[in-house]
Amino acid sequence: MRFDWLYRESGRIAELFLWHLGLSVIPVVIGLLLALPLGWLAQRAGFFRSTLLGAAGLLYTIPSLALFVLLPLVLGTRILDPMNVVVALTVYALALLVRTVSDGLESVPPDVIQAANAMGYRRLPRLFVVELPLAVPVIAAGLRVAVVSNVSIVSVAALIGTPQLGLLFTQGLQLRFLTPIIAGIVLCVLLAALLDGLVLFAAKRMTPWQPGGAER
Amino acid sequence: MITFDAVSKHYRGQTVAVDKLSLTAPSGKLTIFVGPSGCGKTTSLRMVNRLIAPSSGRILLDGEPTDTMDVAVLRRKIGYVIQNAGLFPHRTVAQNIATTARLNGTPKDQALRIAHELLERVGLSSAFANRYPWQLSGGQQQRVGVARALASDPKFMLMDEPFSAVDPVVRGQLQDEFLRLQRDIGKTIIMVTHDIDEALKLGDQVVVLRTGGTLAQVATPQELLARPADDFVADFIGRDRGYRVLGFAEFAKGGVPLGAEPTATLGATPETLRQIATDRWVLVADSMNRPLGWADVDSVKGPLRDGDLNLSGTLAVEGSSLRHVLDAALSSPSGRGVIVGQSGELMGTVTLSHVAEAIEAARTGRMGTQP
Ligand SMILES: Nc1ncnc2c1ncn2[C@@H]1O[C@H](COP(=O)(O)OP(=O)(O)O)[C@@H](O)[C@H]1O
Ligand SMILES: [Mg+2]
Repeated sequence: MRFDWLYRESGRIAELFLWHLGLSVIPVVIGLLLALPLGWLAQRAGFFRSTLLGAAGLLYTIPSLALFVLLPLVLGTRILDPMNVVVALTVYALALLVRTVSDGLESVPPDVIQAANAMGYRRLPRLFVVELPLAVPVIAAGLRVAVVSNVSIVSVAALIGTPQLGLLFTQGLQLRFLTPIIAGIVLCVLLAALLDGLVLFAAKRMTPWQPGGAER
Repeated sequence: MITFDAVSKHYRGQTVAVDKLSLTAPSGKLTIFVGPSGCGKTTSLRMVNRLIAPSSGRILLDGEPTDTMDVAVLRRKIGYVIQNAGLFPHRTVAQNIATTARLNGTPKDQALRIAHELLERVGLSSAFANRYPWQLSGGQQQRVGVARALASDPKFMLMDEPFSAVDPVVRGQLQDEFLRLQRDIGKTIIMVTHDIDEALKLGDQVVVLRTGGTLAQVATPQELLARPADDFVADFIGRDRGYRVLGFAEFAKGGVPLGAEPTATLGATPETLRQIATDRWVLVADSMNRPLGWADVDSVKGPLRDGDLNLSGTLAVEGSSLRHVLDAALSSPSGRGVIVGQSGELMGTVTLSHVAEAIEAARTGRMGTQP
């Protein structure tokens, strides 16, 4: 370990860290916003459900590097544009979260839905005040997986030169120098743990009603 | 008033769940649908608030057909209680209860105030208001379910086996409390049960359905016991019909003469007991003259202890039905049934022969009034 190197480069490393943070989080947020209506549709329509979830599962099997390289052709962006990474990771997050949202809505007890109908809830109010709040634990579990896996997929984008912590790996390899590689790994793990904890914390705050949850 | 006008329900395939049902559930009364499992009780009930659409026929609320109403508006007018309460897990007890009032446009503060009042009404302390449903027992959840249905002060209520998921002791309590509540509020209620005892105990009117969803009989509990329409109804009511009839009010009027009963207290010596005794058995009471049990004079060796008491006898509260009085006499080791006042104090005892005479008198009285 060369701490003097770390000290000298700390400004650039901090910048890469922030890039990594943004590239990990923004796609998950967009993915979730898209997954909510799609997951709701999937859960409601029986035939549509299997088709949609099947398609989402397929998306996830496309190698990330292939997606990074292909997207500029599809979107007409420049190859180095970070937008490619954002779109690619949004696709992954979406693929994962559609199923999560659909499973979350599926986890709401039928008794509760029936009671809500019988009291005279209309469909959308029922979704927003009954079903979605009860789906939070399942959706949060899926979000945690999406955030953590995004943190690791982002570093692959180093191969196309997008700024983020992955650049420390390529740099270390080129210079045959271990310090940036170790720093990159530690910061990636730290970032993943941080984001994971954040989702966990938010979910607990949103579900004070769960047995063993936050204090009432 | 809820009116079924030739209502039928056919499920896909050939299942006829309900077959041309016509009947009226009168205003302010508790009508019970009872019948064997699968006879279409739940289907009939859920057609009233259109959770299930009838295949043919119409249902009317106070003469107004339900099929043309906006379905959400219709449902908000009708309280609905189901077996496992169906409470919202993510809302506190008070918020759960307030739900129906909120749906009917009551402002939040007022809805929560109503919720707190109802909590007491259904026998829960206000300490429960901020708990979540999982922190409640099944019986408590069921009470909250009833309170939630009442919070919008609906004219009509539908209840599907509301008391069947709790143990028999709690069920009895919930039934008694609900009867008391209904006496105050006088809602137009249809309740479904498969339990004929519950139907006879709670119903102002009992509707017996048979498999295939056809009507077997509509009658008051007394009429049902006295004059079942056919073999199916007679079978369904069961063997103890004669004994059950004793549970109804007309029998309660024939008074049974009360005998004075000397009592001993705990700690009494065998000599004292023998002095008090009129036969082998002495009634033991506490310092407030509330009966504790019977002591067998021949087997008590030292000062009378709790463990010496025979507890087999049931107590009948003064003014209760002959069914309870008879049970008190039959279950008492001395053969004398113990009658207590409203606060549990001893009033006296009745003998089996006096009870039998009272039953006989009531029976001939009842037969005499028959056409
Ligand atoms: N959704 C359904 N699809 C098909 N058949 C049904 C459905 N719901 C109920 N049934 C049938 O209709 C009949 C009446 O059911 P139900 O009203 O639930 O009876 P109960 O409440 O008296 O036990 C039964 O034979 C049941 O199998
Ligand atoms: Mg049923």
